[in-house]
Amino acid sequence: MAMAAAEIEELIRAGIPDARVEITDLAGDGDHYAARVVAPMFKGMPRVRQHQAVYAALGGRMGGVLHALQLTTEAPAEE
Amino acid sequence: MTDDVHARIQGLVDANPVLLFMKGSPLFPQCGFSSRAIAILTHLGVEFESVDVLQDQGVRQGIKAFSDWPTIPQLYVRGEFVGGSDIMMEMYESGELAQLLADKGVAAQA
Repeated sequence: MAMAAAEIEELIRAGIPDARVEITDLAGDGDHYAARVVAPMFKGMPRVRQHQAVYAALGGRMGGVLHALQLTTEAPAEE
Repeated sequence: MTDDVHARIQGLVDANPVLLFMKGSPLFPQCGFSSRAIAILTHLGVEFESVDVLQDQGVRQGIKAFSDWPTIPQLYVRGEFVGGSDIMMEMYESGELAQLLADKGVAAQA
């Protein structure tokens, strides 16, 4: 089973306000993605919690329908 | 997750300073993410134990709730959940993982 990149992006945006999301389809098979999520709420948050916030936004799909999502998270750079 | 599984996982985490829950064994990882985690720990030269979740369905499902983390591999250092393979890779590249291991007194053998 696979998910469309747009669907992943939408879920993350819905769960994390103000997130900047970039999805890359790594294998071109609609099943192996990389996501880079930059969000103000990540500021001062340990990386494990940042990733957990993204997984929460994906609502249980991670590890299930979404097998392979290579995830990078960070807070936006200070202006 | 049953209390029994929870106690089993807690026991494993408490007993091993560096513990990787993975698919397969260090010599024969059964998934690319587990393979990457092993490569990182091997590069750091740290002694670690591993648990093959494919051999234990209770642990395989239970560890996800235990850590509040949906995927495997999962790295624990001195009882603290560090993260999965993406976090390990980021922390390895930035030097944070070596630093964390040193801070926790499980640095690589010189």
